Amino acid sequence: MLAAKNISKKFSGVIALANINLELHPGKVNAIIGENGAGKSTLMKIFSGVHTQYEGEIIYNNQLVKFSNTKEAEQAGIAIIHQELNLVPYLSVAENIFLGREITNAFGILDRKQMNERTKHLLSRLNLNVNPDTRIAELKVGQQQLVEIARALYSNASVIIMDEPTSAISDKEVDNLFTIINQLKSEGKTIVYISHKLKELFTIADRFVVLRDGSTIDSGDMHTISHDQLIHKMTGRKLTIERTGITLTVAEELLAVKNISLRHPVLRETKILDTISFTLHKGEILGLYGLMGAGRTELMETIFGLHPKNASGEICVSKIVRRIQSPADAIDAGIALVPEDRKLQGLILNQSVKSNISITVLQKLQQWGLMLSSRKEKKLIDHFINKLSIKTSSGNNAAENLSGGNQQKIVLAKWLATNPKILLLDEPTRGVDIGAKAEIYKLMKSLATEGMGIIMVSSELPEILAVSDRVLVMCEGELTANIPIEKTTESEILKYAIHKN
Amino acid sequence: MTSLAVTYTKSLKRFQSVIALLVLCIVLGLLTDKFFTTANGLNVLRQVAVNACIATGMTLIVLTAGIDLSVGSVLALCGAITAGLLKNGLQFASLDLYVGFTIAGAIIAGVIVGGLLGLFNGFTITSFKVPPFVATLAMLTIARGFTMLYTAGHPISNLGDQFAYIGTGSLSGIPVPVWIAAAVVLLAVFITQKTKLGRYIYAIGGNETAAKLSGIRINRVKLIVYSMGAAFAAIGGIIVTSRLDSAQPNAGISYELDAIAAVVIGGTSLSGGKGSVWGTVIGAVIIGVLNNGLVLLNVSPFWQQVVKGAVILLAVIIDKAGEKNE
Repeated sequence: MLAAKNISKKFSGVIALANINLELHPGKVNAIIGENGAGKSTLMKIFSGVHTQYEGEIIYNNQLVKFSNTKEAEQAGIAIIHQELNLVPYLSVAENIFLGREITNAFGILDRKQMNERTKHLLSRLNLNVNPDTRIAELKVGQQQLVEIARALYSNASVIIMDEPTSAISDKEVDNLFTIINQLKSEGKTIVYISHKLKELFTIADRFVVLRDGSTIDSGDMHTISHDQLIHKMTGRKLTIERTGITLTVAEELLAVKNISLRHPVLRETKILDTISFTLHKGEILGLYGLMGAGRTELMETIFGLHPKNASGEICVSKIVRRIQSPADAIDAGIALVPEDRKLQGLILNQSVKSNISITVLQKLQQWGLMLSSRKEKKLIDHFINKLSIKTSSGNNAAENLSGGNQQKIVLAKWLATNPKILLLDEPTRGVDIGAKAEIYKLMKSLATEGMGIIMVSSELPEILAVSDRVLVMCEGELTANIPIEKTTESEILKYAIHKN
Repeated sequence: MTSLAVTYTKSLKRFQSVIALLVLCIVLGLLTDKFFTTANGLNVLRQVAVNACIATGMTLIVLTAGIDLSVGSVLALCGAITAGLLKNGLQFASLDLYVGFTIAGAIIAGVIVGGLLGLFNGFTITSFKVPPFVATLAMLTIARGFTMLYTAGHPISNLGDQFAYIGTGSLSGIPVPVWIAAAVVLLAVFITQKTKLGRYIYAIGGNETAAKLSGIRINRVKLIVYSMGAAFAAIGGIIVTSRLDSAQPNAGISYELDAIAAVVIGGTSLSGGKGSVWGTVIGAVIIGVLNNGLVLLNVSPFWQQVVKGAVILLAVIIDKAGEKNE
């Protein structure tokens, strides 16, 4: 059995975990449930030896353990299968499974034959029928996941942690995965299962642990708790957003997307986006929903000019056709994009809050057409720090020192500075705490009231329902629904997201 | 650590290359009588000037997470072109046309050629996605080859006293090359600290994806930066040519290494986005002082190379150690 006793963890002063206590049972599927930022992945990283600095104890098979790296955790029998799979795409299945623990003969030469044999054996246990020599890049995501599981099985793992294993695979692959999980369970392995999909958890999980704001809220047998009770425990407080009715009928058209398609850059036949058309009006918030891989982010990127070579179709801003071939063109047309991953795409982490915000509008901050005016810049920065209540000691503080919510506000600020007519938000509240979330919703509402058109991509249905005026649903690159929010329900949206017409 | 101690170590880190330079000077001053003389000081600065020009341009490039290995060859080619135009002008036999060049004209032509070579570097890097290391490695060979072709492998000498003033003369007691290097440095400092372009350079090195999404035309900035880097190398080439009163086909070999060393010692990160032109200037002076000191101490040239390499390593190790503590 694997247990955590009073585990606490801080990241440069910010508490990520506070006195976590939980037990994970062998021969069971243990679901770890919680919102983004609840501390799930931090805890898993402690179990798997990624984070080595923490307070408290980990008890494994009745012994106190402290792993100083991932290798030690793996040797002890704890394997983690990350959401972003850790495989080398251009090596074969067998090479990946034996990576770092290759079988060699007496002369130190790789024993390919034996590794392939063993790989075959492992794969057959998982009902995966692929040649051990196949390169990982040629496999589907679901198959790659099974290769990761095979890796864990080869290392004789007794605890297998799966982080959002179904986020990118098809229903059929999910069924197969569940069969395998049940099989592993019957072999006495401890399965730790992290997922946001509650429905799925009721199918597969035996036990649950709810985390919220870095603490354990509750745990117990899955069949003793209901769907609604779980949600209540996860969120703790209900987030209420006042819906303000907007008269859309008279509002003028801001953005019209006509027959946008996007080809896959390598597989030319595959369409990532397939003839998508919709309009966005002044003062309107469009929610864009779809499962992972539906093409939501790609749609935003295409509108923002990031795929000039592979995209086709027409974009009209305020009824004028615009040729948008780059982000710079998009900004000129009055479009702004708050990207999905703020650390990789939104911010320059080691640079100051000031430089991060002003980067989009340096043109306007020049004097004598040549040099930047620090006075104008300071005015701009102070304005946005106040307006969005960004918590920072000063504008000179590096962006990396701020919390997720405040970092997101910096990204919002840099785009609001451009005075856009159309604001594209890709998962604007991902990894943001609940307080900042509410502030972001409020800001969106007030921007819409001022006449901005907003498209918000989100994976969270409650968020879509609470914030948007109209919802667009995508499935496998196609737009499957475009409905006013008051006429739809959570389950209807999901239906459109799962099935193509 | 108390916040006072943190501030202290932070400012210590910021000035660590200056402190290293001071320590180096004091040690050399104690070991030899000649080090702290005006003549020696000016001599060091005169020698540093060329590397300072090249390294300043290199800093701009490295800040975008790039590199330019071709500066030594570009220096030689541009020096040779300036010397050639000055001495022989341009002759178009078929048109029966001869174009003569004044000193200013020849210098401007040399710098423009430098800029164009850099533009070509930038072009291959941005349009064909050739890694900067490879693109400029190719230019290193290409520009050296053209230098050999242009000079036919012989030095172009006797360029006149007026031209020699650039490399050997003094203005207000300070050598002309030092004035030129100062102008180059100040221009680069102005760009990096006070202009939009400067911000863009840091942004691209800090996070190219985020910079692109912010509407920065990345390719344009890179073209400018590589052109400037090569133009600054061309200026270095003109100083070298003038000082020797001769354009040598083998001028500037391995100068890129001294320039990169100055950038690195000055605390600019090779992965981009972090560093400063001032740091590079200190780095260039440290290398210059070290060269000078080792000569004054009669250290064998073979050992000089070993010591220089060790200093570069040490500088980077100290820099990295400082990062970890943060």
